[in-house]
Amino acid sequence: MHELSICQSIVRQLEQLAQDNHARSISRVIVDIGPLSGVEAPLLERAFPLASSGTMAEHAELVTRILPIRVRCNICGNENEAPANKLLCSACNSWQTRLISGDEMLLRSVELEKDKNYV
Amino acid sequence: MCDTCGCNITDANHHLVEQGGKHSHTSNGNEAVEVLHNLLHENNHRAAHNREHFDRHQVLAINLMSSPGSGKTALLEATIDVLNALPETQQLSIAVIEGDLETENDAQRIREKNIPAIQITTGSACHLDAYMIHDALHELKLDGLDIVFIENVGNLVCPASFDLGHHLNVTLLSVTEGDDKPSKYPVMFRASDLNLISKADLLAVLDDFQVSKAEQNIRNLANPAPVLEISARDSYNKNGMEQWISWLRTQLDRYRELLNQHQTLLPKIQHQASQHEAAHSHHHESA
Repeated sequence: MHELSICQSIVRQLEQLAQDNHARSISRVIVDIGPLSGVEAPLLERAFPLASSGTMAEHAELVTRILPIRVRCNICGNENEAPANKLLCSACNSWQTRLISGDEMLLRSVELEKDKNYV
Repeated sequence: MCDTCGCNITDANHHLVEQGGKHSHTSNGNEAVEVLHNLLHENNHRAAHNREHFDRHQVLAINLMSSPGSGKTALLEATIDVLNALPETQQLSIAVIEGDLETENDAQRIREKNIPAIQITTGSACHLDAYMIHDALHELKLDGLDIVFIENVGNLVCPASFDLGHHLNVTLLSVTEGDDKPSKYPVMFRASDLNLISKADLLAVLDDFQVSKAEQNIRNLANPAPVLEISARDSYNKNGMEQWISWLRTQLDRYRELLNQHQTLLPKIQHQASQHEAAHSHHHESA
């Protein structure tokens, strides 16, 4: 289980962002996860309060969005959704496909509460 | 992988990005900042430095992954023996970085064969990361080496998510584990550049492991990587060991050829991700 260490890495990135943008705190964090990233969204959500405790992200809401697994066929060019362990083309049944979505682990966007004194 | 420009955006999730500007405001007046960093941004940054370090010394780094007990250390021992038996002109100079939760046992086994080995003990961490490899590289002289094997912590889950700065992933699947392992652990087996079916000498006494099924389950992950049967036992057919050494040699040649062209070798799945990136930056230029 490495979701805690990933959360610690997210929190470090958040604190840097808050500093760069002269923010007082962080209110919302949006993260995109693909099922083939190896990161489990529920574990991430559980680890986030532990990692963010005592930081500028302490009261932030973590929103995880699960992206679909999609493949494009190298043989016939078809695009389709696929389950994690069957990345096959739904048109010609070929396994020679390329993943076009589904392995992301992306800090998408962050909502900051600005420091009122900073204009 | 570039972590700042948003090149992680693929065709399928592109529409998610286009809503709103880079600094749009939310209904309650907070500022929303688009980031698009990989969650493992820090690790990946360190991994890129490690890879540069390997490349400066022209040393190919191979990440060995598998479940505990599938024979990673035994494979390395057998590899050392086979290499030692070759004529001097054909030998490869290797070193090993060992990852385990506890003990120096594996590094000791390698050192007994007069091969440099650095042991990383991770405590309770279930995988190696780029920082641990960075620290290990402080202790390991790369001059004169051809290949560094990084034996990851035995685990079919977490190691697959962490770039160490290596060039190739090799995954072992021992025949006592079951031929459906690739379907159960798709993230790991999708990442392999070579699959070794280890302990193949036991196939004769096991009636429930079919190499063809294991291979089909790997293909179902859209992974074209070769599948080799191999055994670290002397008594078994040596064909697998020979193919393994020959694969290593081919990869080393390919790697050094790329270095000559001022490029480097990336594990296949990372190479695919960087192609996303190239397509994306091309889009920027033409815009």
